[in-house]
Amino acid sequence: MAEEMRIVLRNYGKIDPLEINDYIALDGYKALEKAKAMEQALLIADVKKANLRGRGGAGFNCGQKWSFAYQAQADQKYVICNADEGEPGTYKDRLIMENDPHTLIEGMAICAYAIGATKGYIYLRGEYPFLVSTLNAAIEQASKKGFLDKFSIEVRSGAGAYVCGEETALIESIEGKRGEPRFKPPYPPAEGLWGKPTIVNNVETFANIPVIVDKGGEWYASIGAPSYPGTKVFTLTGDINNRTFFEVPTNTTIYELIYKFGGGIPAGKKFKAVQIGGTSGAFIPTELLKTPVAFDAMSEIGATTGSGAVLVLDETRDIVDVVTRIAGFFEHESCGKCAPCREGTARTHELMHKLNEGFGSSEDLELLDRLGRVMSISCLCGLGQAAPAPVLSTIKHFNADYYAKLV
Amino acid sequence: MINLNIDGINVSVPKGSTILQAAKEVGINVPTLCYHPDQSVKANCRVCVCEVEGYGLLQAACSTPAAEGMLVKTRTPKVIEARKTILELILANHPQDCLNCARNLNCELQTLAEEYFIRDIPFELRTRGYEKDISTFSIVRDPDKCILCNRCIEVCSVTQSVYALGTENRGHNAIVVPTMGKSLLDSPCVMCGQCIHACPVGAITEYEQLDEFFAALNDPNQVVVTQIAPAVRVAIAEEIGMRSGELPMDVFVAGLRQVGFDYVLHTNFTADLTIMEEGHELLDRLNNNGTLPMVTSCSPGWINFCETFYPDLLDNLSTCKSPQQMFGSLAKTYWAEKMDIDPASIYSVSIMPCTAKKYEASRPEMQDSGYQDVDLVLTTREIGRLFRMSGINFKKLAGANFDSWMGAYTGAGVIFGATGGVMEAALRTVYEVVTETELEDVNFTAVRGMEGIKEAEVDLNGTVVKVAVAHGLSNARQMMEEVKAGESPYHFIEVMACPGGCIGGGGQPITKTNADREVRIEAIYVEDENCEIRKSHDNPEVKTIYEEFLIKPLGDKSHDLLHTHYKAKNKKYL
Ligand SMILES: Cc1cc2nc3c(=O)[nH]c(=O)nc-3n(C[C@H](O)[C@H](O)[C@H](O)COP(=O)(O)O)c2cc1C
Ligand code: SF4
Ligand code: SF4
Ligand code: SF4
Ligand code: FES
Repeated sequence: MAEEMRIVLRNYGKIDPLEINDYIALDGYKALEKAKAMEQALLIADVKKANLRGRGGAGFNCGQKWSFAYQAQADQKYVICNADEGEPGTYKDRLIMENDPHTLIEGMAICAYAIGATKGYIYLRGEYPFLVSTLNAAIEQASKKGFLDKFSIEVRSGAGAYVCGEETALIESIEGKRGEPRFKPPYPPAEGLWGKPTIVNNVETFANIPVIVDKGGEWYASIGAPSYPGTKVFTLTGDINNRTFFEVPTNTTIYELIYKFGGGIPAGKKFKAVQIGGTSGAFIPTELLKTPVAFDAMSEIGATTGSGAVLVLDETRDIVDVVTRIAGFFEHESCGKCAPCREGTARTHELMHKLNEGFGSSEDLELLDRLGRVMSISCLCGLGQAAPAPVLSTIKHFNADYYAKLV
Repeated sequence: MINLNIDGINVSVPKGSTILQAAKEVGINVPTLCYHPDQSVKANCRVCVCEVEGYGLLQAACSTPAAEGMLVKTRTPKVIEARKTILELILANHPQDCLNCARNLNCELQTLAEEYFIRDIPFELRTRGYEKDISTFSIVRDPDKCILCNRCIEVCSVTQSVYALGTENRGHNAIVVPTMGKSLLDSPCVMCGQCIHACPVGAITEYEQLDEFFAALNDPNQVVVTQIAPAVRVAIAEEIGMRSGELPMDVFVAGLRQVGFDYVLHTNFTADLTIMEEGHELLDRLNNNGTLPMVTSCSPGWINFCETFYPDLLDNLSTCKSPQQMFGSLAKTYWAEKMDIDPASIYSVSIMPCTAKKYEASRPEMQDSGYQDVDLVLTTREIGRLFRMSGINFKKLAGANFDSWMGAYTGAGVIFGATGGVMEAALRTVYEVVTETELEDVNFTAVRGMEGIKEAEVDLNGTVVKVAVAHGLSNARQMMEEVKAGESPYHFIEVMACPGGCIGGGGQPITKTNADREVRIEAIYVEDENCEIRKSHDNPEVKTIYEEFLIKPLGDKSHDLLHTHYKAKNKKYL
């Protein structure tokens, strides 16, 4: 069975986050030095070789993303750290920033060097005001030590909109506009902040970088599942004994997460479902628990790894009720820009509410299914595309729960 | 070139083309709602989605670049299901009101509902219950019909640089509102009505006043007199199933008599008069160190803009009233006298391509005749409705003439309807007045056309006069920023609020694209060419009015009746 393995949380509990010398003493900023001695293209090639895939949810190959921005010709490029962490049940980015801010800063600085950016932003979740001073202190210490000689970083606080975690909405927000996603392409590495090539990576993604540069891409690629190598931090919530976090290799199975690391379901109750990846994750039934948590394996069963939130429900939970609440969340968080999501999230909630209250018919259920199908392939951004996943997955795997509530 | 395949048909398109453009090339019509050919891509309605091989998600045709080797399918069951569902979602949250809607039979949403065979909408029907905004009495917003395509916002902010519209709230509470949540009247809105053209549905219309017209018509004590603005004739044809410019002027006049106007006169007459007054005003400013550049004042949307955004530069505006208001004050003085009609009984209706003219007519200072100078302003669209309602077959109608004393006009008056026209008309007159020699060629082509800012120079007996023409308010803003900075090289600037000039005015037949505007512009210059007289100072009725009534340009009578003053709008939040 898999063991916990700490890469991004390697310094957790070992250093004083406000003391850069602690970080340096544990080989901090050596990777940056090493990176700067490398040619940019070779550095990026090594990150590519690591096959590190974005930890913010979409799972895009990090090195490949960097190479687009590196190749783009522009007088100015930007590096943005997505620290919006708006997914309910997720706090992995907070753990990193709170306990080891320098690993994030080092990762961003390596990226800046690789693509030729001189300016960076950390877009921080509005509900994390207490982290502003930690990050600013760390940035100042790193500058004083000369690690940020050609790169400056600014911390920007979000204003609480979930959609602003979507990278282009985030960019709009930094530009001072309404937090609405842009259509893609063009993708941010080609045209991002102020129309300039921009890398947006998640906190956890950046936190992997110093270790990859230090130990080499090949080493990293050998950990966990080959198509999505490395480790992933999971935060366990809901009906589970160990409501805490674990960093595990990506070939760990869902079953292991729940029963080994999570210690199983409390009070001797039976497992009913687990939702992985945040509010927009699919609900997974018992039969599929042998699936590895890696991105592609999860995709195959119609689920996601997402942010790494793990919400466990025991047999006493009313899944239709849970999904109704989730539908309410998306109705509230839709930015309203595109028609299928603006109208669709509201109608999904309306139909779920009707079914949950016992007034729904089998036609309503069918309509809900069609609506979800259409939204997931037609909406402008990931929010509207992923919003139906809880509905569609529960209609599929927990159909009986719905039928029990039909008129 | 990029080669791709759409629905089995190979197509090559230039790099940078979208799937939508490529599909059009091979005759495949992909439905759209938020797409506007003259605007930036919005990609927010999602009805243009298509299947592209290799992608799990459908791709929006309007925003997705065509790529080499791409295989696109525009009408698979998956695509049709998505489009239909999206339309149903939009319609379920939309008033089921087509029969009573100003855009009935001319609505992009309605057309798609028809094309996509929408019958039983499976979602519970709702409307959002917003109130209409009629605060301007020129433009009416009905947010309940808004589908949030953002086209009005773009035209208002990018084309017009007015920024009167924005989005408020999120999700299904999102709503397009006058900026800062005020009524349209309190917003910086200049009432140009360009948002009406941009809107794919009936969420923005003119303030409709046909009922007021009928009331006057049915009042035996009222003499209903009308003036037709220069840009109306070329466009009215579109309202009655003809091509732009296809309705001859005399048949148009005959139609107006049919629907009950007692006298049909022409704003082109006062357009010529404007040239006389404004031309002399320019010469006066040039000779007597007046404020320069002088900027034209016949576009009321532009006047609103200047009063709102450039209150310190109002002295640069010509003091000439717009042709509509010159006509208004003369109809109830000079014309009433000549016709021996009691001015109190005259009901003066103007037919305008413009929504801002409705507001202009209601300005308190526009009562120089002793009465409200213009009683009612109807748009080209409203006259179109009146015509359709009257059941006239224009193909069979015999022509009729304008009535006298304010009905004669020249080609110079005609071209007022197109951007650059006022400038060209002014140059034709100013040149001959100053040089006392006849122009060899009356065509000043440099100031014609759809380019945003045009410039020209004319030599008036050794003095080189530099002129510029701007249309669309963002271009006007550029001109005014130069003036403000003291860097404007010009002596005389023509500004029209609407792109293309009045032919693209907010009251014209719904104008989808700039290409439509160009067709009307062409028709205007054809009409100018066909005029026997093409210079304002040669208009015989203009000569008469100066001989008998006004005595001379810029004289006392002119001062009382034809000139005005401007006031800063004091929008404190700007
Ligand atoms: C609605 C929505 C919310 C998102 N929220 C976050 C977030 O809070 N943090 C994050 O890193 N990525 C978030 N993402 C994903 C980002 O758009 C983007 O893919 C990511 O920041 C890229 O970084 P990565 O490649 O390192 O994962 C969100 C996406 C969507 C559609
Ligand atoms: S999918 Fe939803 S959140 Fe994304 S752009 Fe559309 S309305 Fe906004
Ligand atoms: S806006 Fe269009 S769809 Fe809506 S009521 Fe009017 S005509 Fe019908
Ligand atoms: S008012 Fe019309 S143009 Fe403006 S967003 Fe709504 S539908 Fe679009
Ligand atoms: S026309 Fe393409 S999304 Fe609206």
